[in-house]
Amino acid sequence: MLSQESLSRIDREIAKYPADQKQSACMAALRIAQEEKGWLAKEAIEDVAAVLEMAPMAVYEVATFYNMYDLHPVGTYKLTVCTNLPCQLSGGVHAADYLKQKLGIDFNQTTADGKFTLKEGECMGACGDAPVVIVNNVRLKSFMTPEAIDKLLAECK
Amino acid sequence: MAIIDAINATLTAGWKGDAGWNLKEYEARGGYQSLKRILTGDKLTPDQVIAEVKLSVLRGRGGAGFPTGLKWSFMPKAAPVKYLVCNTDEGEPGTFKDRDLLAYDPHSVIEGMIIAGYAVGAVAGYNYIHGEIFELYERFEAALAEARAAGYLGQNILGSGFNFDLFAHHGWGAYICGEESALLESIEGKKGQPRYKPPFPASVGLYGKPTTINNTETFAAVPLVFRMGGQAYLELGKPNNGGSKLFSVSGHVNKPGNYEVPLGTPFAKLLEMAGGMRNGRKLKGVIPGGSSSPVIPADMIMDCTMDYDSIAKAGSMLGSGAVIVMDETVCMVQALERLSWFYYEESCGQCTPCREGTGWLYKIIHRIEHGEGRPEDLDLLLELGGNIAGRTICALGDAAVMPIQGMLKHFRSEFEYHIEHKKCLVPREVQKAGSTFHTRMMAGAAC
Ligand SMILES: Cc1cc2nc3c(=O)[nH]c(=O)nc-3n(C[C@H](O)[C@H](O)[C@H](O)COP(=O)(O)O)c2cc1C
Ligand code: FES
Repeated sequence: MLSQESLSRIDREIAKYPADQKQSACMAALRIAQEEKGWLAKEAIEDVAAVLEMAPMAVYEVATFYNMYDLHPVGTYKLTVCTNLPCQLSGGVHAADYLKQKLGIDFNQTTADGKFTLKEGECMGACGDAPVVIVNNVRLKSFMTPEAIDKLLAECK
Repeated sequence: MAIIDAINATLTAGWKGDAGWNLKEYEARGGYQSLKRILTGDKLTPDQVIAEVKLSVLRGRGGAGFPTGLKWSFMPKAAPVKYLVCNTDEGEPGTFKDRDLLAYDPHSVIEGMIIAGYAVGAVAGYNYIHGEIFELYERFEAALAEARAAGYLGQNILGSGFNFDLFAHHGWGAYICGEESALLESIEGKKGQPRYKPPFPASVGLYGKPTTINNTETFAAVPLVFRMGGQAYLELGKPNNGGSKLFSVSGHVNKPGNYEVPLGTPFAKLLEMAGGMRNGRKLKGVIPGGSSSPVIPADMIMDCTMDYDSIAKAGSMLGSGAVIVMDETVCMVQALERLSWFYYEESCGQCTPCREGTGWLYKIIHRIEHGEGRPEDLDLLLELGGNIAGRTICALGDAAVMPIQGMLKHFRSEFEYHIEHKKCLVPREVQKAGSTFHTRMMAGAAC
């Protein structure tokens, strides 16, 4: 089951929508569940469905459609680096290569100690700050030069 | 990163970076005066509000450039429940202006939405903010709480009898949700798959109710229209292209960032403001309005002014105002391959021409880039594109095809070279060295 804290956070989301449109809180509820559990196992998805009175399949559809939901375990730190063209022109691919080399993994892999997962992202709406890396879906880091990446990795305890 | 530079700053006037987003700062720079004037000062009717916005010729800043006042006038008057939606999905590669608006001036978006809500008679509004900028979603919620506490939102706003509330909804990684009907599906808690149109959202929108959807920057400009007056706002730009606009300049310039300039400003001026070409290299081409807009070669773009009409005349689109600058170290085949991958990856999978077509397009461009192209591939790309564009439920199909048509129109010889010689015209090392970290970043620009 989801924690009491997650449940009350989900309630706050439900309150944003008309009383007969609880389903609208689905995206936020999945995000909250993922934050609590680390990733979205089948049980977490079913918990969200129960809270929102939705068919589990309908919640599963949402969870599989949007890229930032993790349906498999990820490392403590999920790093997503943008390699789309505007970022690529300002070092995005260099940053990705540097991360791969430092972590010894490729995209969609997790380090052996379970600490880092590396993902390739699409445009994050921050191309002027390229290279950009998002940490655990919620922290967007700008200007990720090799020095900035070293600093970020050191901060990830 | 705040706005870097502006000519006649109006939209961004008085911005103070992270220290200036809150209600107190916004009010200090004249914020919420337009709303007060409309609701309690001049007591404008909804029709008068719409007329002023029409006069300003404020065109939608989300991509299509549709006149905002006209869009608002489509809302049925009698409907008891109507909604207002702001589109901050901002996923079109190259676009990063709405991010700065939400970071440094979220109350301008809120004020613009309240005015719009009054004009179209909405009971509530939602701002759909893409998940990648989650910290700004949280900031927007904080700004909403401030506005609610100050009586700008909720019941009987400023004692006017007008009721309207506003909420934030976040995306979680899907470019397609920028398409307005996919966005509505997403707010309804479903997969973001676009709807058939008609009916348009003004008839059947969120929860089946009439809905107006505008881009973040469009809403942010609304208070300004009333502060300046519609006519003065129009004259800021040029006829049929009212106001100023934020341009997100990325790629091979010295100072990538957002620039506010009046519509009609020469491209050359914008390039100069962005610090000119990185390392003094030669301009090759510019994607002027986000990744979906066809590329314009260097000599043509130098003759363009930055407004809807001039860029359209050059065969492209002003789109979201995302200007992607490419210099001579870019291999156009590789650049197109990366963009085509994006559309393939982001197609929602609902209709066949887009789901299958974007995959085919990518595969063909991929094989050209990797030395396995066939002489007939270029015509095949155009034929395939012709079978996708205009035949899909939403415009993502068109968005995937337009960059290909632009590249083949202006840089076809580069593709032919690839097919014949099985390699890039620009050596790999040169490409890689040309696309490294830029000077502003290396100088330690604020993050
Ligand atoms: C594939 C696709 C993606 C889009 N992405 C965005 C977006 O990120 N932001 C946006 O404002 N409009 C986007 N649009 C345009 C919207 O559908 C809609 O036209 C716009 O939000 C209307 O606002 P405006 O009239 O103020 O420009 C997109 C359209 C398509 C077809
Ligand atoms: S292309 Fe990387 S953030 Fe836009």
